[in-house]
Amino acid sequence: MSDTTTLPAPAQRELRRTTMEFGMWVFLTTETLFFGVLFFAYLIMRLRYADGFAAASRHTNMLLGTLNTAVLLTSSVTMAIAVDAAKIGRARLCAMLLSSTAVLGIVFLAIKGYEYHAEYVQHLFPGNGFEAVSVAGMQTFFWLYFVMTGFHALHLLIGVALVALMAARVRSGAFVAQSPASIDNAGLYWHFVDIVWIFMYPALYLVARS
Amino acid sequence: MSAASYLDAGMTIRSWLTTHDHKRIAILYAISITLFFFIGGAAATLMRIELATPTGDLVSASTYNKLFTMHGVIMVWFFLIPSIPATLGNFLVPLMIGAKDLAFPRLNLASWYLYVGGALFTLAALFAGGIDTGWTFYTPFSTMFSNSHVIAAIAGVFIVGFSSILTGLNFIVTIHTLRAPGMTWFRLPLFVWAHYATSVILVLATPVLGMTLALLGIERIWHIGIFDPSLGGDPLLFQHLFWFYSHPAVYIMVLPAMGIASEIIACFARNPVFGYRSMAYAIIAIAVIGFLVWGHHMFVSGQSVYAGIVFSVLSYLVAIPSAIKVFNWTATLYKGTISFEAPMLYALGFVGLFMFGGMSGLFLAALALDVQLTDTYFVVAHFHYIMVGGSVSAYLAGIHFWWPKITGRLYPPRWAQFAAVLLFLGFNFTFFPQYLLGIAGMPRRYHEYAPQFTTLNVLSSAGAVILAIGYLLPLVYLTWSLFRGAKAPANPWGASGLEWTTTSPPPEDNFGDRPVAVGEPYAYPLLERSPQRSAGAPK
Repeated sequence: MSDTTTLPAPAQRELRRTTMEFGMWVFLTTETLFFGVLFFAYLIMRLRYADGFAAASRHTNMLLGTLNTAVLLTSSVTMAIAVDAAKIGRARLCAMLLSSTAVLGIVFLAIKGYEYHAEYVQHLFPGNGFEAVSVAGMQTFFWLYFVMTGFHALHLLIGVALVALMAARVRSGAFVAQSPASIDNAGLYWHFVDIVWIFMYPALYLVARS
Repeated sequence: MSAASYLDAGMTIRSWLTTHDHKRIAILYAISITLFFFIGGAAATLMRIELATPTGDLVSASTYNKLFTMHGVIMVWFFLIPSIPATLGNFLVPLMIGAKDLAFPRLNLASWYLYVGGALFTLAALFAGGIDTGWTFYTPFSTMFSNSHVIAAIAGVFIVGFSSILTGLNFIVTIHTLRAPGMTWFRLPLFVWAHYATSVILVLATPVLGMTLALLGIERIWHIGIFDPSLGGDPLLFQHLFWFYSHPAVYIMVLPAMGIASEIIACFARNPVFGYRSMAYAIIAIAVIGFLVWGHHMFVSGQSVYAGIVFSVLSYLVAIPSAIKVFNWTATLYKGTISFEAPMLYALGFVGLFMFGGMSGLFLAALALDVQLTDTYFVVAHFHYIMVGGSVSAYLAGIHFWWPKITGRLYPPRWAQFAAVLLFLGFNFTFFPQYLLGIAGMPRRYHEYAPQFTTLNVLSSAGAVILAIGYLLPLVYLTWSLFRGAKAPANPWGASGLEWTTTSPPPEDNFGDRPVAVGEPYAYPLLERSPQRSAGAPK
């Protein structure tokens, strides 16, 4: 029962699209502040433990981190084209691209999971078993590393579910008539999660690798 | 005009719990927050009984810690934050802008369920034995030392945070996109302006609290993190993040209250709000500057003295738009035809108590004086004047003003006026002595105190009895009015604003035909005050 019933149908759809997209932007603003806390904490701790962060950062797997960055950037390309495909009514192309996006998201999560496992085996997981304590602040770095990438992975997981759902609905022909705002919004969300990673990658992997 | 009202749209519990109607969701919120108000109030009652004597004879020190923590947590997050926005705001924002509902009705219902879900966690913490950290959850006590149910409590607050965020998001999108034809930004009632600014704060500040509490929870479970100094963390980091939310949270509570005061004072002074645009700009200024003053909660925490100076200056700065509002309310009264109906009494009470509380805030914003006053009853008195004397009075003012619109019933006016006066007297009786106690040096958060503080504490506890009656009375006569009250006309106060142009209570879709806003807001005294007349929009 949104405020659209007295308007003609095309104007109703247009209003719906406006409110949906506006709502998504406001939501992403909230998300920015949510992640902002983590980056702020990272900044404060890195100022305090510059050496520890540099030393700890060298223990991250730069190869896999870089590979994951490439995977995620590629997924944003497929997502962007999917949104455009929906706009011009190419439903099958759109569904295919959405599925690719979701698959790339899963690939990212799989690589991240492998990284976590390797780090656990190498005793880089903060807590009693943590071994690389040669410089003060290394444990703090890894605590932030797991919390930051963990929250990011959680967001990506939600994104994968969302995009997979969109793909299924496009394939079932639900969105033939015209591109719904929900695909645009899924795109906005996906790109946001991508951008968060673009900031995390240098902060966590590239800090001390000059 | 006799179309079925939203209250007749379905009588079953199920029809209420699955409703997407903003008006019904507002009532769900109203019932929930009232429940929490009285739970939080019960904790305060026990505290005031304990403090009636200098010795700790009713409860133990640790029980007392749990009492003031539960009182704070419940009153801040489960009553004050949702109080005006989620009830009156939910009900009135669409009506005031001439919309049929909020932009996302289903999300609105989801917000209420999140609120209830979060509340259950906090109740679980309560029944499992409580929590003793204070509502501020300061680390490292909350992460390493407290043996109480911190996780359940912060989980509750975390979940309720999402309810706040989604409500704010809904209001922002609604106010931007669903205004009726002719309803330009500078024709919006100040109530809507206030809710817009509040929503911006909800959306920008709440996620910071959410993430900070999440980090606190991880640190408490994992015993490693960034807040505990023994782990290489920084407790000040927690305080900065916490107050980055919790100071703006004060404006979440008081901006909507200011919106209510503007509506009511204009109506019962029969004058347009003085300086409408400056009022709108002041609301925005308070919201913006309010984000930059959090460090004044940390003057004695060991933060940099230069940071302290900047925060002190910014805190003085926020007093300027607040003062503009008080001046403009006063100027609105000037040469007005003032009548003292119950909503007006509550609203004037709000202005006085808010001003008094605000002035005492200037003492606390002064770096040197704050060192003396920090953690004394002066602080307790200060924020109770703002949050209880201010926000709760305004909430009751709004409930009394829009009650006929919401329920379609009139309440007994004399009882309401009596309750308003009683509340004002009881409040001052309770909290004014606490200013004096604070200046004399009585620290907050102790269950016993030195004998020289006895007289003022007894006065405060006695005042709390009057205050409690002031809160219980409306519950009685408003409930009575639901069954026995006379039917309310569409516009019993002769008020301007689109919400008064529809029936009382409004039909399910709010307006028959989409309303059109014409002319300036607050076109007083154009309207005659006559219970029969149902005109509302300025002609």
